[in-house]
Amino acid sequence: MVQTSTAPLPSRAYVGTGQRRIDGVSKVTGQARYAAEFPADGLLYGHVVSGGALANGMIERIDASAAEAAEGVVRVYTHENRPRQPWFDSTYQDQVAPPGIPFRPLKDAKIVYSGQPVALVVARSLEVAAYAASLIEITYREEPFRTDLAAEQSNAYVPPEKRAGIEPPPPDRGDVDRALAEAPVKVEASYFVAAEHHNPMETHASTVVWNDGKLTVYDKIQGVVASKEYLTEVFGLIADDVQVISPFVGGAFGVGLRPQYQLFLATMAALDLQRSVRVTLTRDQMFTLTYRPHTIQHLALGADRDGRLTAIRHEAVAATSTFEDYQEVVVNWSGLGYRCPNVAFDYKLAKLHTYTPSDMRAPGAATGVYGLECAMDELAHAAGIDPLELRLKNYAEEDANTGNPFTSKQLRECYRQGAERFGWSRRSAAPRSMREGRELIGWGMATGFWEASMQQTSARAILSADGRLEVATATADIGTGTYTILAQIAADAMGVPIEQVDVKIGDSSLPASPLEGGSWTAASAGSAVEKACFGLREQLFHHARAMEGSPLANEVLERITFAGGRMAVANDPSRSVVVADVMAALGLEKLAAEETAKPDQDAQENYSAYTHAAIFAEVRVDEELNVVRVTRIVNAVAAGRILNLKTARSQILGGVVFGIGMALEEQSELDHRFGRFMNHNIAEYHIPVNADVRDIDVIFVEEHDDKVSPIGVKGLGEIGIVGTAAAIANAIFHATGKRVRDLPITPDKLLRDGDDGVSSGMARAG
Amino acid sequence: MQATETDPRPGNGTGEPGPIPVVLTINGTERRLEVEPWTTLLDLLRERLDLTGSKKGCDHGQCGACTVLVDDRRVNACLTLAVMLDGASVTTVEGLAQDGQLHPVQDAFVEHDAFQCGYCTPGQICSAVGLLKEGRARSDDEIRELMSGNLCRCGAYVNIVAAVRQVMDGTGAGR
Ligand code: FES
Ligand code: FES
Repeated sequence: MVQTSTAPLPSRAYVGTGQRRIDGVSKVTGQARYAAEFPADGLLYGHVVSGGALANGMIERIDASAAEAAEGVVRVYTHENRPRQPWFDSTYQDQVAPPGIPFRPLKDAKIVYSGQPVALVVARSLEVAAYAASLIEITYREEPFRTDLAAEQSNAYVPPEKRAGIEPPPPDRGDVDRALAEAPVKVEASYFVAAEHHNPMETHASTVVWNDGKLTVYDKIQGVVASKEYLTEVFGLIADDVQVISPFVGGAFGVGLRPQYQLFLATMAALDLQRSVRVTLTRDQMFTLTYRPHTIQHLALGADRDGRLTAIRHEAVAATSTFEDYQEVVVNWSGLGYRCPNVAFDYKLAKLHTYTPSDMRAPGAATGVYGLECAMDELAHAAGIDPLELRLKNYAEEDANTGNPFTSKQLRECYRQGAERFGWSRRSAAPRSMREGRELIGWGMATGFWEASMQQTSARAILSADGRLEVATATADIGTGTYTILAQIAADAMGVPIEQVDVKIGDSSLPASPLEGGSWTAASAGSAVEKACFGLREQLFHHARAMEGSPLANEVLERITFAGGRMAVANDPSRSVVVADVMAALGLEKLAAEETAKPDQDAQENYSAYTHAAIFAEVRVDEELNVVRVTRIVNAVAAGRILNLKTARSQILGGVVFGIGMALEEQSELDHRFGRFMNHNIAEYHIPVNADVRDIDVIFVEEHDDKVSPIGVKGLGEIGIVGTAAAIANAIFHATGKRVRDLPITPDKLLRDGDDGVSSGMARAG
Repeated sequence: MQATETDPRPGNGTGEPGPIPVVLTINGTERRLEVEPWTTLLDLLRERLDLTGSKKGCDHGQCGACTVLVDDRRVNACLTLAVMLDGASVTTVEGLAQDGQLHPVQDAFVEHDAFQCGYCTPGQICSAVGLLKEGRARSDDEIRELMSGNLCRCGAYVNIVAAVRQVMDGTGAGR
């Protein structure tokens, strides 16, 4: 909801500045506890047994007798002996489940993907559980399986049921075939994005504390409400008997959006044994969870001789599982990124015998915008136009997919400020024209887009007589800085020092919040907290005005400011009361307000809301070894109001580093003989290390938006990655003259190709 | 947590060796412990001593989240068996602050926002403290190289380098 005109504007002492994280000290001293770190009396340890080297078939025989006999083992659960209470609901779909039938561990003898959990060993120590798991013998009957996306392209289909919250491709517009046929300049190419695993540094874990039938569950999740709902629905538990707590989350990036199988297994064992149980996944098992789907894209762009776009065709085939139709927004970006009269879209899925993919940092956009922005670079080269100039020529003033105006769009400023900081005007246009010693230097750029949204969220604010202010909502802080921005917003709203604010989040007993995802948390939880504080202000004001001889008598709330612990008349500060005095006079120990913030229906229907970025990248490529180093990135972002310059910058830095990984390092490689991701550890699945990252310069372009959310915030969790891989790929082309359309761009691909260096994603995909 | 400092004796029933007595100084306090020969320093800290500041990101020596200081040298606690350390002095992230004062590296990490989720952070900080003691790093590139055993999926590297550099240069917290 947009701030009503009567609401008093808060002072901005904290919002917009660079505050140290309020949870920083607990993190740097090791006091912050994560899901696997909460103690419990008589705690038992569960170790998950992962299924064998097949992706489809049946468990024929499972022999757990040796494991059961090992000293210290309490119970071994398999599909044969798992508890079979009537409450077991195998069809409940969690909040972000795509259409289909969700995977339920130990449901039956069926193997639906390689590495799926097939048993849980519960023992009195971590080591015994892991050791006993190795004693379990399983024989399987293998059935044919398919894990090769390139081979499955011919079976791709348009998902019959749409995933909630995911816009299907918009209708085609104009006549793309004709426009392409007539275009004097055109490019056409296929691009491949590899499967990636999220790999947060903390592996998934749940500690389920059993207390006389009631459960306190510490879970790694991007929203405790999702875990709680899952447990009550799947296990038929009464809401009052389950509390889910998750004060700190050791990274997630999307893999914590759906409750994962360790939560199910730990809860099942705790309920059955009436004991507290912890299940922690190993790093390899993190590769049996969800992943960013590898995707084959085909793009065709046509333009007139001046570089004005006349046609865009964007097609994609993405992996999904055999049991769910995971969908994301991959191709739609091509309809709203630039002004173009003729656009055609196609988005299909191909079923593979893997676990279901799911959202990973900027799902869909990281993939689709990579394709679009590389194709734009190819078009610029073909037309002999500077890549930045091409984007400006085709700048979209409205969202052509819907015909709606944008709530705000300062992308032009992003281009201008980013280019200036980077020194783009000094770029020499020809590929291979910049070098230093044996290193070829390349400069590339791209645009980033991400949807800005908010979700309904409730929050509570409690002011105590001692002056402390507590704000609370169930949401999560997965590293994003939620604790700190909520404290800033609350401190400003009530005019108190930030040190007096306590923030409570990550607890299902607090007012409801949605999952932390989609970059909507700051806008959603922030608006709810501000609204709750406004509720407090209103109550305080009415109490103060009613007091005998009140200096605020006959005043209206709109004219009252809250600062320094006082309520004062805006243009007559001599007329003020001390908030604590009001509380004392009324004998109030606490004053509480709870409010719910909702998105503005009208703005949602009549406007399009997006975050924008312009990314400029410099690479240096060793001419003989083809090793690529990203030496410089400038990312200029327009994301509405920036709440905290420190944590906001960190969000973008993190996104850019994810983009470097996507461009150069990350790929989960399927071995089609076993249907398994083979490089299932972080020695073989490469994520950027410190030495892979050099200078990253983040610019926040000023942008005022009174429609996107009540506090004018658009969100920052995803935008940093979008376009980054394309900017790097384009820089590599500029450095080397080689166009590798197949992520990640590893040295072998640069070596393999001849001078024209055309490597098509299609050729290798899968 | 187990109520006692001795694990319920695990084993596979084959009469393998039982717990072995060791003396460790952990964050300045001498601890006499009986540990199974297969127990890693990391599991000892996290599961028996409730020192959960040291993190487990891989248990295979690949991520550095478990980095602690053993006799001032940075080591991966997940690759170190506790019984190997008889007589050694171990400093974990919980032992760096003194008298309620953050260690300069801890303070610099907060000031430079050198973390997000915080899960790699104890390892990064112990590693940085070890690096400073080694005195090998001079340039930013050397910091990057010598801190590359500590992965950060949140991608806080730019700020980690800035934090380490600040302490190395002794330039104060710059608050
Ligand atoms: S947990 Fe020890 S290096 Fe990863
Ligand atoms: S701060 Fe999250 S992994 Fe480094």
